[in-house]
Amino acid sequence: MTGTREIIARCESLFEDLDFGYAREWKAAQAGRKVVGYMPFYVPRELIHGSGALPLGVLGGGDQLEVIQGDAYYQSYICRIPRSTIELALSGRLDCVDAMLFPSICDVIRNLSGMWKILFPKVRSFYFDLPQNFRDEVGGAFYIHELEELRGVLAELRGRGIGDEEIRASIALYNENRRLVRAVYGLRSREPWKAPSSEVYLLMRAGMILAVEEHNRLLRQYIEASQSEERPRRDNARVVVVGAFCEQPPLNLLKSIELSGCYIVDDDFMLVNRWERGDVPEDGDPVQALALSYLHNSGDTSAKYEPDQSKKGLYLVEAVKTSGAEGVIMAMPSFCDPALLERPMLQSVLSAHGIPYIAFKYAENSGQMQPIREQAGTFADSIKLWSEQ
Amino acid sequence: MSAVKEAVKDASMQKQKEMIAGNYERLATAKETGTKVVSTFVPGNLNELIMCFDMVNNLPEINAIQNGMRKKTGALILEAEKRGHSEDVCTYVKADLGMLAKGNLGPDGRPLPDPDLLLLSYTGCFTFMKWFELLRHQFGCETAMLHVPYEGDGSFSANMRDYVVRQLKEEVIPKLERVSGVKFDIDRLRQYLKESARAEEDLVWVLQSSKHKPSPIDAYFGGTYYIGPIFTAFRGTADAGEFYRLLRQEIAERIAKKEGPVTPDGEIHEERYRLVVEGPPNWTSFRDFWKMFYDEGAIVVASTYTKVGGVYDLGFRHDPEHPLESLAEYCAGCYTNRNLPSRIDLIETYIRDYDADGLLINSIKSCNSFSAGQLLVLREIERRTGKPAAFIESDLVDPRYFSPSNIRTRLESYLQMIEQKRSTAAAAA
Repeated sequence: MTGTREIIARCESLFEDLDFGYAREWKAAQAGRKVVGYMPFYVPRELIHGSGALPLGVLGGGDQLEVIQGDAYYQSYICRIPRSTIELALSGRLDCVDAMLFPSICDVIRNLSGMWKILFPKVRSFYFDLPQNFRDEVGGAFYIHELEELRGVLAELRGRGIGDEEIRASIALYNENRRLVRAVYGLRSREPWKAPSSEVYLLMRAGMILAVEEHNRLLRQYIEASQSEERPRRDNARVVVVGAFCEQPPLNLLKSIELSGCYIVDDDFMLVNRWERGDVPEDGDPVQALALSYLHNSGDTSAKYEPDQSKKGLYLVEAVKTSGAEGVIMAMPSFCDPALLERPMLQSVLSAHGIPYIAFKYAENSGQMQPIREQAGTFADSIKLWSEQ
Repeated sequence: MSAVKEAVKDASMQKQKEMIAGNYERLATAKETGTKVVSTFVPGNLNELIMCFDMVNNLPEINAIQNGMRKKTGALILEAEKRGHSEDVCTYVKADLGMLAKGNLGPDGRPLPDPDLLLLSYTGCFTFMKWFELLRHQFGCETAMLHVPYEGDGSFSANMRDYVVRQLKEEVIPKLERVSGVKFDIDRLRQYLKESARAEEDLVWVLQSSKHKPSPIDAYFGGTYYIGPIFTAFRGTADAGEFYRLLRQEIAERIAKKEGPVTPDGEIHEERYRLVVEGPPNWTSFRDFWKMFYDEGAIVVASTYTKVGGVYDLGFRHDPEHPLESLAEYCAGCYTNRNLPSRIDLIETYIRDYDADGLLINSIKSCNSFSAGQLLVLREIERRTGKPAAFIESDLVDPRYFSPSNIRTRLESYLQMIEQKRSTAAAAA
């Protein structure tokens, strides 16, 4: 049986490879293969996979990429992820990507879709609008058209249409993927010492790169291996980390939170991995199935409108309850409009439910972790103190 | 202490001042008169539709701008930050929330009424959605969301149009009816749209008058006055129609007399530079900012900010024959709802059609919708037109980010660059 150490070492090498060697090898293995990049927080990967292409999550350059050219395209008051993404592309690291999808997450990523059209005219750049109206005949009708348009773009890329059967087969694979992802999250929530968040994070990041079939195997291996390995249990505080759904925190930040005495038992790092809360139907019209799942059975985040005021922010309270967390760490990227504008509303909801929280900002290349450790450590101590009272 | 010099005002400016004061009066007395209040945004606003329900229009952005021009927003923003709002986010939002925290006194010093409906026309700016969620959190009132898809591929498809129209029919109009108690009358809407289209025709004529040499208007600083009625609570009203007729007459006279733009310090007698400007102005030091330009004889002949509430110069007019479809098209066509390549194309056209010397970008710290991508805009425009472009930075209503000496230095350097280009061109000829 493969051990967790080995599995995570593989994930880490994928994570550190800023040249996307896996995607290059995958593409070179068979003539005509295409790679389709996508940005956070959600795209229907089933359509990409159904077209025979490899969906490749592009989540910025992290703390290992030296951004030189990318900085020339952005003012200092714009977040980090677009500049490192531009750097990845201008330096040729993304030259294996045939099309790039930009979901509607914020104005910066929206404008980046237009920049891509100008800077990389040979790469098909597609802005993927997600509905903010959740009625079947209104937002649903619009979204089905959007999905069909994307299907057309992907079909054009591969040179022939994408059949319903192909999409259904992909939906089945991604359903399995989501079940396994949920299983890993469940495992971590129950026994966080057996599945440290720095490992779970790398495992989920691998899902941004690997073909889904391979990621499924890896997830199964990890679940099996982590359950069979004994690891020391610590008296840590259980926390949910929220706000990092686009620009990713440096791995060291997660390690710092853990080292400071917190178990991360839920997070929103890569929402695309478990956006749909249950299985997408594997029969009937597959595009409609994807659309209805988005409308009625998907997660919540600040980039998605909440029509019902009484439910605003309850997704976080629910995450706290479901994961048995004792507090929330709001870790949000600097200059991130969706996260930072959402923050006061979340804080208000958490206060109303008596859930303690702290908040800080980061950038994907933040290097100084001492303040984070001190803040998270103090938070963990205070949770322990409160819970004993 | 020397008295502040009174700004020179045309009759149309006086007219607009009265219109704005009238709207604030309607807001201040809304509870007494039983008038229902709707809060909504400038880009993609549905003013004609709102008027069909006898509701009065409150625009949070305009409150922030008015407060900014009265130099009140610094304290309001600090208040919002004290209450947990990040220093990184939109200062319109914080000025608005700070105003609420301090008793919701409008720019005229009188209390603004709580809205009966928050009508979110979610067009061209992601922050709008969060702003309205924050306001809903505060007021707990009914909210109607109109999601206008972004023109990512540079066009407004039939699917997008149908989506917006369906939302108008099934989400927005029923809520307006319920809150106001007034039944929707599409013929009333047609009548207002007819009025809008006439005023839009005059607005375009005014904005395009800067193709003359010398330009009779400043299409950025002065332009913010010209767009006022159509972009805010008056599109579709007879008042707006009269304002634009008046304005058109004034400008026609200036063209006939070969006069330059009117500034707060009087007419500009020598047009030395013709510029295109991208991005919103700074409001807290608006007059000082403008002065830096007219002191140098720099006239803005076209600007993108004056298209944020509708790009009418590309031909769009509200169409009474297709009222809801026309509103949908209007919402989608607002400047920041257009993709970056379309924005660059528009600026390039302005540079050429208005015979401009170059492009100046005023990049706003807290407005990602405008600012993200502007450095590429700058490069592209220089590459395509061969005209120099420059970059200055400020903010909407946060006085901490307006640095007069930096801006003046950059502006002066830029104008020198234009001079250099001219001498090089003259020498080559």
